[in-house]
Amino acid sequence: MFSYNLNHLNELEAESIFVIREVAAQFERPVLLFSGGKDSIITSYLAQKAFYPAKIPFALMHIDTGHNFEETIAFRDQWVDKLKVKLIVRSVQSSIDKGRVVEEKGPMASRNSLQTITLLDAIEEFRFDAAIGGARRDEEKARAKERFFSHRDEFGQWEPKNQRPELWTLFNGRKNHGEHFRIFPLSNWTELDIWNYIQRENLDLPSIYFAHKRKVFRRQNSIYAFADFMQLLPEEKTEELTVRFRTIGDMTCTGAMESQAHDIKSIIAELLTSRLTERGTRIDDQRSESAMEDRKKQGYFLALVNSLIS
Amino acid sequence: MPTRQDIELLRFTTCGSVDDGKSTLIGRLLLDTRNIFEDQLQALKASSERRGLSEMDLSLLTDGLKAEREQGITIDVAYRYFSTPKRKFIISDAPGHLQYTRNMVTGASTANLALILIDARKGMVEQTRRHAFIASLLGIPHMVVCINKMDLVDWDQTVYENIVEEFRMFSSRLDTQDIQFIPISAKFGDNVVDRSKNMNWYEGSTLMFNLENVHISGDQNHIDCRFPVQYVIRPQDDQFHDYRAYSGRIIGGVFRPGDKVMVLPSGFTSKISKINVADREVSEGFSPMSVSIQLEDDVDISRGDMLVRENNLPQTGQEIDVMICWMNEKPLMEGKRYVLRHTTRELRCMIKEIRYKIDITTLRRLENEKQLGMNDIGRIHLRTTLPLYYDSYRRNRNTGSLILVDEATNETVGAGMIL
Repeated sequence: MFSYNLNHLNELEAESIFVIREVAAQFERPVLLFSGGKDSIITSYLAQKAFYPAKIPFALMHIDTGHNFEETIAFRDQWVDKLKVKLIVRSVQSSIDKGRVVEEKGPMASRNSLQTITLLDAIEEFRFDAAIGGARRDEEKARAKERFFSHRDEFGQWEPKNQRPELWTLFNGRKNHGEHFRIFPLSNWTELDIWNYIQRENLDLPSIYFAHKRKVFRRQNSIYAFADFMQLLPEEKTEELTVRFRTIGDMTCTGAMESQAHDIKSIIAELLTSRLTERGTRIDDQRSESAMEDRKKQGYFLALVNSLIS
Repeated sequence: MPTRQDIELLRFTTCGSVDDGKSTLIGRLLLDTRNIFEDQLQALKASSERRGLSEMDLSLLTDGLKAEREQGITIDVAYRYFSTPKRKFIISDAPGHLQYTRNMVTGASTANLALILIDARKGMVEQTRRHAFIASLLGIPHMVVCINKMDLVDWDQTVYENIVEEFRMFSSRLDTQDIQFIPISAKFGDNVVDRSKNMNWYEGSTLMFNLENVHISGDQNHIDCRFPVQYVIRPQDDQFHDYRAYSGRIIGGVFRPGDKVMVLPSGFTSKISKINVADREVSEGFSPMSVSIQLEDDVDISRGDMLVRENNLPQTGQEIDVMICWMNEKPLMEGKRYVLRHTTRELRCMIKEIRYKIDITTLRRLENEKQLGMNDIGRIHLRTTLPLYYDSYRRNRNTGSLILVDEATNETVGAGMIL
C-alpha cells in the first residue's frame, strides 16, 4: 500500500510556505527581511515557491550595518535580480548620521545592536505591518518560545505577557493601527535541516560559507575576519587561515571557523560531527551570555527581549 | 552516514510539574542521542559544578523557564528540537501547573504524541489526570506514560505495576487508543535511549524506540477531501496571462488531477487540471502538503472557500456545539460576540449557551455555569454569522478546530473543538 507520508524536509517546506502565504493573505504591507545569510536566502526562496509562477508580492529589505562581507552584498544583488523582487536598503550609517543611534567605540565596537532602531524606523517609514524574518527557534534558548506570528506593539516592542497562544495552524494576525508582526516561517527548522535543504534544492550561497583563505585575527577563542574598519588590540595580529563562516552577520560579530569544507556535502559531514553550536561563533551571543550570568544586576528580561527583537 | 533527507517528523508534547524530572528527561534525550554540542556541554558542567552538584544536572540544558519564573515572566510553551537517523523530533514543552491549562492545550494542538511523566514515588497526581485528559481532548493519537525516578524506588516492579493499573482505570474514560507505559530513570538514562540493566523484569521497548517507531502515517486524515483556499495566485504578466491557481494546504483526503471537485459555498463543480508544489507538477496531493490547484473551468473562488468532493461533503451549519478551552482573563459569557477563525476563514459568532463546565480533575460536568474563566474547559453552543463547513474534531483536527478572538483587544481568547 502506498504510504501518504511526507518526509521531514517536505513537511517543513509545506509548513513554511503555508505561513508565508498566510502573511500575504492577512497583511496589507508585508516585507521580507533579507540579510544575505542562508536563513534569509531560504526564506525568500520559499516565498518564491509559495507564489509561483507569480512574483513574490512584497519587497525584500536589507538593514545594512555597513560592515558587510563584500561577498554577501554581491550575492544579495544577484539573488534579488534572479527573484525579480524589489530591494529596499536602509543603513545603520544613516541612522548614525541622523543622530538616531550612537556608534559604539573601541575595539569591541559592533553595529549589531544598532540595527534594531534602523529597522523600526524603516518599518515606520514604509508603514510595514508584517516583517518576515529567517530566525529559527533552535538558535538559542531565548528563541525557544517565539511564535510564528510574533506581535509587536506600536513602539515595536515585544511584550512577553501579550503574546498570543498559537493553536493548530490558525494564525491570528489581527492588530491595532501602528502595531506590526514579526513572522518566522523557519521557526521549526534546525541548522541541519537548513543545510540538508540547501543540498537537496541545490541552492547557491555566498562563497564565504565555504572554506577559503582569509586574513583573520584571534580574539577570545574566536577567529574574526580582518577589515580596515576594525581595531586590533595590542596583542592581536592578523594571519592567513583557511576558514568558513557558519553564520553571516555584521563582520564585527561574526566568527569564522577553521575548516576544509569546500562543498555542502562536506559541510553537512562536518556538522554531524561538530562540537560547537552554530552561534558559539557569534560574539554578540557571547556578550549576551555573559550578561545572562549576571542577570540579577543586568536584568535577564532585557537580555531576553533584546535577543528576540534583534 | 545517513543522508538525513528522508526521515519522518514527529511532534510530541511533554507536560509536567517542576519536580517530576521533565527537564532532566528532555536533557537526557538530547544528550544520549548526541544532540548536545561541546560548548553546551561545557556550560552545563560548569553550571552544575557552580551549584555544588556531583553529577551534571541535565535539566539546566532546557530550563530557561526556571529563571523566568523567578523574574515573573509569563510561563509559556517552549519548542525544542533533536533528531536521530530515523526521525526529526519537535518537542512542545509546556509547564503543567493548574493555571497553565492553556499552555498544555497550545502545546498539544499540534502534537502526534503526548509524553506523560509520573514520579514513581508519588504515583498519579491531579496533574497527571489533567494532562492525560487534555491530550485526549486535543485528539493526540498516541500517549507514552513514563514512570520516572525508578532509581528512587529500588527499581521495584510492583511500584511500576500499581501505577500502570491506576492509570489504566483512569484512562478507560478517555478517547486515546494507543497508550504505552515505560519505567525509566531520566537521571541515569535507564530505558530512555539505552535499555536499563536495573529492570530486567521490563520487557517492553525503550522510550526512544517508541518515539522512533510509533506509527504516525495514519494520524492524518486521508479520506475526506478538504482544501481550504488560502490565497489566489494570479501572476497577471504576459507569460502567464490567464493563469489562476488556488493555493493552500490540503487538510484532508487525497486530490488528483482529473478529480471532480465542488466549491463551497457556491456549490459550483469543476475538474482539477493541475496540482503543483511550486514549479513542480505532482500526480497527487495529500495532507499536510502546501499546493496550488488549477481547475478546468473559470469559477469565482476566493480565500476561505473550500474544495471538496461532491460525494463526501463536510457538515454545514451556523449553530454548532464546541468544546472550548478559555485562555483569557476576561471570562467567556453567554451573549458575548467574538471573531471566529476556522480554516482560512474569519467570521463572527455569538455565544448562545454554556452547556456545562468540566472539572478536569474528576471529569465531572458542572452545569448551570454562567461563565468560563481563564483555563476553564467547557461545552458551549454558538451561532455564526455565516455557515461554517466543518467536520467533527474527532474526525479531522483541521476542519474541526477553531479559535475565538476578542474584537476589542485582538487577543486569541479561546481554543475550540467542534463536537
